[in-house]
Amino acid sequence: MSMQLNREALTRAYRQMKLIREFEERLHEEIQTGEIAGFTHLYCGQEAVAVGVCEHLTPRDKIVSTHRGHGHCLAKGCDVEGMMKEIWGSQDGLCNGKGGSMHIADVEKGMLGANGIVGAGAPIAVGAALSAKIDGPDAEGKLGVAITFSGDGACNQGTTFEAMNLAVVTKAPAIFVFENNHYSEHTGNAYAVGTRDDIASRAEAFGMKVWRADGTDFFAVHDCMREVLEYVRVPGNGPAAVEFDTERFFGHFEGDPQRYRGEGEIERIRTTRDCIRKFRGSVTEAGLLSDADLDDIDTATLDTIEAAVKASRAAPRPGAANVLENVYINY
Amino acid sequence: MAKLMYRDAIRNTIFQEMQRDPRVVVLGEDVVGGMGTAGGPEAIGGIWSTSTGLYDAFGPDRVIDTPISESAIVGAAGGLALAGKRPVAEIMFADFIGVCMDQLWNQIAKFRYMFGGKSICPAVIRMPCGAGYNAAAQHSQVIHQFVTNMPGLKVVMPSTPEDACGLLRQAIRDDDPVIFLEHKFLYGMSGEVSDDPEFCIPFGHARLARAGLDATIVAAGMMVGYAEAAADELARDGIGCDVIDLRTTSPLDEEAILDSVEVTGRLVVVDEAPPRCSLATDIAALVASKAFASLKAPTEMVTAPHTPVPFARELESAYLPSPAKIVAAVRQTLSYR
Repeated sequence: MSMQLNREALTRAYRQMKLIREFEERLHEEIQTGEIAGFTHLYCGQEAVAVGVCEHLTPRDKIVSTHRGHGHCLAKGCDVEGMMKEIWGSQDGLCNGKGGSMHIADVEKGMLGANGIVGAGAPIAVGAALSAKIDGPDAEGKLGVAITFSGDGACNQGTTFEAMNLAVVTKAPAIFVFENNHYSEHTGNAYAVGTRDDIASRAEAFGMKVWRADGTDFFAVHDCMREVLEYVRVPGNGPAAVEFDTERFFGHFEGDPQRYRGEGEIERIRTTRDCIRKFRGSVTEAGLLSDADLDDIDTATLDTIEAAVKASRAAPRPGAANVLENVYINY
Repeated sequence: MAKLMYRDAIRNTIFQEMQRDPRVVVLGEDVVGGMGTAGGPEAIGGIWSTSTGLYDAFGPDRVIDTPISESAIVGAAGGLALAGKRPVAEIMFADFIGVCMDQLWNQIAKFRYMFGGKSICPAVIRMPCGAGYNAAAQHSQVIHQFVTNMPGLKVVMPSTPEDACGLLRQAIRDDDPVIFLEHKFLYGMSGEVSDDPEFCIPFGHARLARAGLDATIVAAGMMVGYAEAAADELARDGIGCDVIDLRTTSPLDEEAILDSVEVTGRLVVVDEAPPRCSLATDIAALVASKAFASLKAPTEMVTAPHTPVPFARELESAYLPSPAKIVAAVRQTLSYR
């Protein structure tokens, strides 16, 4: 376990992971009622990756996310209520009801968008990294970075390959975070990924430095990312890639019957590979935080989610005239 | 004013805007040319000579020579723009739009809308386009018909060196993503160009290239010159034509078209694209729905046929619209009683 985190940092990390978990668990329930429209892809199980990465970032650092983006958005600081309202399709949502679950963004906060197209984020992140390279290092000699989150599905897309090569060639301070949850939609890596459960070696073959860590262990992710960021923030070093071995607790999308799962698989990963359960065990065992501390966070988190859902139900709906807004700045 | 070639008007405008605004960044395949070779950077200077000297002046951070990766180029332009830069990306041939369509259509065109109007994406994607070089089916196409159909993009088709300058400066300063379609056959065209470093041509305002009372010819890009040649020939027979150079197909100056047709009552639309779901059909439909009572004859459309662009000289000439075909179309509409 990382000895570099103080009580405040540990508390924040747990609160962020728990926030993502409860956000997703609540959506899973609410979607059954039919109140929420469209496609929703839940991030449950992968929280340690989003939080372990984003806890290192500052607002100048950018991230580009995926269709399974709620966790990345929350970890980068997107407003909980604004996100919930967006998923509800409210005019008050973070994107005024224009984007929904798959297109949540907050550019001011450095969150350049979830993305409905698998693999589309990587080139955009390289562009943001090139921008950081132009801006140059800060007073401490460190560059801003841009991170693209990709699943194992996106590691098969040509855009990801193009982006990795472009980043290496231009020495862009980009980080390719591969969250290997072992499923590309409904298909296993044993079939769809030529290198099986090894994505990092692909990135390595493009000429960049790579790291690997257990994505269900917050401390492993956090420690690994400290090294990765130290490396990428040095001007001239160029990009890096990280592969996190993680688990997806729900289906590809809400409504997925998950007939591809092995017997007892979900129960097993929920018991043995739950990043939040592991975190709790580690910090209480080490006496860094108490069960009572963590229970308080749990209660407060549930209150936050309840308030966000209530606000979303009551929030104003967009009208037909809003369809025509925001296509152009002027036309 | 200075006499410049179309390609130099483009290169000079980019150069001036890079000098003026440190956020302006150029990227594309061989925009430096010669990187990683014995000849060294700038050995080529861009295959269209539209980026010559930029690397020497502004360096590798702002003049980014990319591998052959069209998706990465357009996506990186999007990321640069979201992060506060003003990228001017080049897709070496507009035909390569097929490779980068997702980044163009699903990403940069839609950011602002999907994000609820809370972002800007001031990216310019320059795409040399069009036939006339016997470059065959995959290096000769126009693509304005696709991108005009995409909400969120602005589409520019300069027909002269002066317009290339004024419209490109506007594109670089515009906060929306702009597809800038340079016709390859116009690169060598010379003309007077304003040397005012603030010279911009606003989008959505067509140019009246010729004036006449008998028929309206609407064109864009290289077709404008053909329409002007046709109008000049017809003028010798006492037939006067308005030639409307659209300059931009998105936004579209509907008023200029409708005002002209209300006077002439006869419309000829010239389009280098194949005929279905095209700029030609779009304008014909516009006039049919908004100026029906003014029409004295069916609209004539001079377009490429519904075929890929062929290779051999004779075939390509037959494929393309021409001044003679436009003259014939005008005479056809005038013969309708």
